[in-house]
Formats: sequence, C-alpha cells, structure tokens
Amino acid sequence: MSSSVLFDVPGPRARLRNHGLTVIAAAAVLAVLYFVYRGFDDKGQWEGKIWRPFIEASTWTDYIIPGLLGTLKAAGLGAVCALVFGAVFGLGRLSDHRWIRVPAGAVVETFRAIPLLLLIFFLAYLAPSVLGSGDYTLIALVTGLTLYNGSVLAEVVRAGVLAVPRGQSEAAYAIGLRKGGVMRLVLLPQAVTAMMPAIVSQLVVLLKDTALGYIIAYEDLLNYGFKIIPAVFFGSLVPAAIVIGIIYIGLNMTLSTLANWLEKRSRRSRKTSARPIAPPGVIGLSAGAGLPEETA
Amino acid sequence: MDDLIKYAPDLAAGFLVNVELSLVSAVLSLILGTILVSMRVSPTPVLRAAGTTYVNVVRNTPLTLVLAFSALGLSDTLGLTFSDEPSTNGFWLVVLGLSAYTATFVGEALRAGINTVPLGQAEAARAIGLTFLQSLRLIILPQAFRAVIRPLGSVMIAMIKNTTVAVAAGYLAESAFIMKDTFDDTGVSIPIFIGLALAFMAVTLPIGFLTGWLARRLAVAR
Repeated sequence: MSSSVLFDVPGPRARLRNHGLTVIAAAAVLAVLYFVYRGFDDKGQWEGKIWRPFIEASTWTDYIIPGLLGTLKAAGLGAVCALVFGAVFGLGRLSDHRWIRVPAGAVVETFRAIPLLLLIFFLAYLAPSVLGSGDYTLIALVTGLTLYNGSVLAEVVRAGVLAVPRGQSEAAYAIGLRKGGVMRLVLLPQAVTAMMPAIVSQLVVLLKDTALGYIIAYEDLLNYGFKIIPAVFFGSLVPAAIVIGIIYIGLNMTLSTLANWLEKRSRRSRKTSARPIAPPGVIGLSAGAGLPEETA
Repeated sequence: MDDLIKYAPDLAAGFLVNVELSLVSAVLSLILGTILVSMRVSPTPVLRAAGTTYVNVVRNTPLTLVLAFSALGLSDTLGLTFSDEPSTNGFWLVVLGLSAYTATFVGEALRAGINTVPLGQAEAARAIGLTFLQSLRLIILPQAFRAVIRPLGSVMIAMIKNTTVAVAAGYLAESAFIMKDTFDDTGVSIPIFIGLALAFMAVTLPIGFLTGWLARRLAVAR
C-alpha cells in the first residue's frame, strides 16, 4: 500500500491487525447487503414480474425516455438561462456604479437564501394568475432553477473575475483599454477558464434540482419513473426507483468527471493567470497537505 | 396582507416543523458524515470502498428521489416504520432521508478539511506512537473541523432549505406545503411568500454570519 498520511506503511503486526479489520469490515458490509437482500426478499421485491417491465423496450420508449427528455429539457433551458442570469448579475455586482452594484447584490443574495421549492411553488401559482390559465409547470421550474442557480453562478462569475491577478487589469488599463475592453479582452477570457469547473459543478446541482419538478407534476424522469411506471406496472416501485436512480447517478457522475477534468486542465493551463476557483459550497483543496486523491 | 395575518398561525406551525427537521437532521448528518469520512481515510480498503460508494451514490441522487423513496419505497413497500402514528413516522422518514443525503456533503467538506492539515501534524502523531484512530480523533479531525466551519455552515444552510422538499416524502406538515395549501384556498398571495421567505432568511443568514465569525475565531493559527 502506498503511504497515506494517517497511517504508516504497516509492519508485520499492523498488517495482521489490518487484515483482521478488513475481514471484520467485509463481514459488516456483507451483513448490510444481506439485510437489504432479506428485506427485499421478504416483501417479494426480487420477483421477476416487477422487474420485467424494465427489460421491455416499450417501457423505455413510452416512459423512461420521454421522462429523461423532460428532465434534460428543463435542465438545458435552466442551464442556459442561469448562465445568462449569472453573467449579468455577477458582472453587475462588479460594476463601478453603486446603483447597479447594490441592486444586483441584493437580488443575488435574496434568491440564494430562499428555498428553491418555495420559489417554484410560488411561481407555479403566480404564473396562471398573471398569464391566464394553462400549463406553467415547465416555466415555473425553469424560472425557479434560473433564479436560484443563476444567483449562485453570479457569485462564481464574480469570484472568477476577482481571481485574475490585479496586474492584469492594471496592465490592460496602462495600454489604454477602457473598462469594457479590460473586462472583455483581458479579464473575462482568463476568468472563464478559472470558473469553468465551478460552473460545471453547479450544473450538476441544477440537473439534480430538476427533480423538484416531480412535486409540481412536471413530466420529468422522476415523475414518469416514480409516479407513472409504478401506477402502470403494479408493484414495480422499488425497481423503478433503482433504475431511474442509476440514470440520475450516471448523468451526474459524467458531469462531475467533466468538472474534475476541467479543473485539472485549468490548473495547468497557461492561458490564464487565475487559479481555478472552488465550486460553491466546497472548500478548495489546499496544496498544503494531506491525503492522496482516492481512486474511487 | 390580510391573507398573511389570517394564515400566520398555520404557517408558523409549519415553519416550526422545518426548524425541528433541521435540528434533528443537523445532528444526525454531522455524526454520520464524520463516520463516513473516517471510513474514507481508514487503512482498511473495504471500508474506504464502502464509504466512497455510499457518497457517490447518495450525493448524485436527487434529494426528491431520496425522500420519495424513503417514504414510498422504504416505508410503504419494504415495511420500515418508526412509529404507528403516521405524522411521527413521516417526520422520522424525512429525517432519515435528509440526514443520509446531507451526511455525504458533510463528509466531503470534512475530507477537504483533512487535506488542509499539514503533513507534519500527521507525521508527528505517528512518531509519538498514536494509532490511526487516535491520530484521527486527537490530531486530524479537530483541525479538519476548524478548517471547514464555513463550508459546513453552507451545508447546513442548504439542508435547512432542503427541509421544504419533505413534501416529496408525503410529509405535509412543513411550511412549503402549507403555503401551497393556502394558495389553493386563496389564490397566490405575495405577502405570504415574502413572509415565509423572510422567515427562512432569518434562520439561514445568522448561520452564515455565525459560522463566518466562528471560522475566523477558531482558525488554526499556522
């Protein structure tokens, strides 16, 4: 075993102890798995007939794929709108004008503090009373996702621009560029590289949050998978949860892997003088110490 | 405005449920998160793999699915019940789902905190003969916790906001559902929404300030 910080390369006695621990841990894991297996078995969750729907093509084409498309539509629209919102308000907070900076800051801080579901409920009830009757679940969901994730992205944009060393903007002013030019030609191109990993991490959050559409009856993957499939195929609730869970996990882990790859790339990038900024809510891994990155 | 005054007692009762859910889930998720991170840095590969798998699976599943599954799947289908009283049972199912979900974020924050502890600290702990658990408990985790107070505050704030998703578990006592319920009665009411949003901000903003202050006060001087 390669050395970790917390424990030495084990000697003979420690090796024996570690082997003992491994056996105990393995037994514990197996016990948990067996407990789950028995729980499923007692309630008849391994019966072929409740799993059968998921190997039939019609289940996928009629329910799962339309649901997935609904989720991806909400996530795609939400991502585009949130990026625009984030860019506008993030740069707004950096404005030299007080009358732009302060309102932009207030908007960002407010929407970050309101629970997203509360906002979506409010929008879902507000839309019909303002726009007349109709189906506004997608609009409510996308607007809610935009306002919340856009506000988080606004902070990412601000942090990204501030992460560019001050010498860069000083040099840009010194060669006679105006404010707009400094931002557009010098700061933003470098900031975008630095904030790319954080943006992609936030898009994972956005993708996960589209599942809130389930609660306002938007036809997303969760709704098709967890409400409609168990209603059509009686008893298939647990298998359905497992199947759509795997789809969500696959999507999110793909995006997360992309974020990690982008972070590694921007860390060694010579196109930017800014360090990649930490994803929101996650502390940056300081170079100071510690544990080797785990192989997941 | 009249709507807000008329429904204020209901909304306040609902908001209190959000606070209760938050308090219980905060304690449980901090404990579970600490256990998870201990597993992920342990010398036993099986425990490391188990911890990593749990974190990757649960963290990448939408909370809505976690909570809906804990009610419809775990409780209704697989027969896990905490109490015969449906509302008590619902409360604990939400706590279970929310803690299981939040613990992964606590664990990730702590793991980042462990990374901030200088190499020399762990080496010194080993040099004076501390075992893995001793060095984790006495040297590494105390410094890791102090390094991630602010991120843990963010995790807790997100968790408090996430208590509204309890609706997905069919637990209908908390304030977001009560707001929706009053909207069904009276139509959309902007004062009610603003009132409830301010109530959430009144809880989350102080936590942000408090953890920021604590983080400065308790920062490990190096």
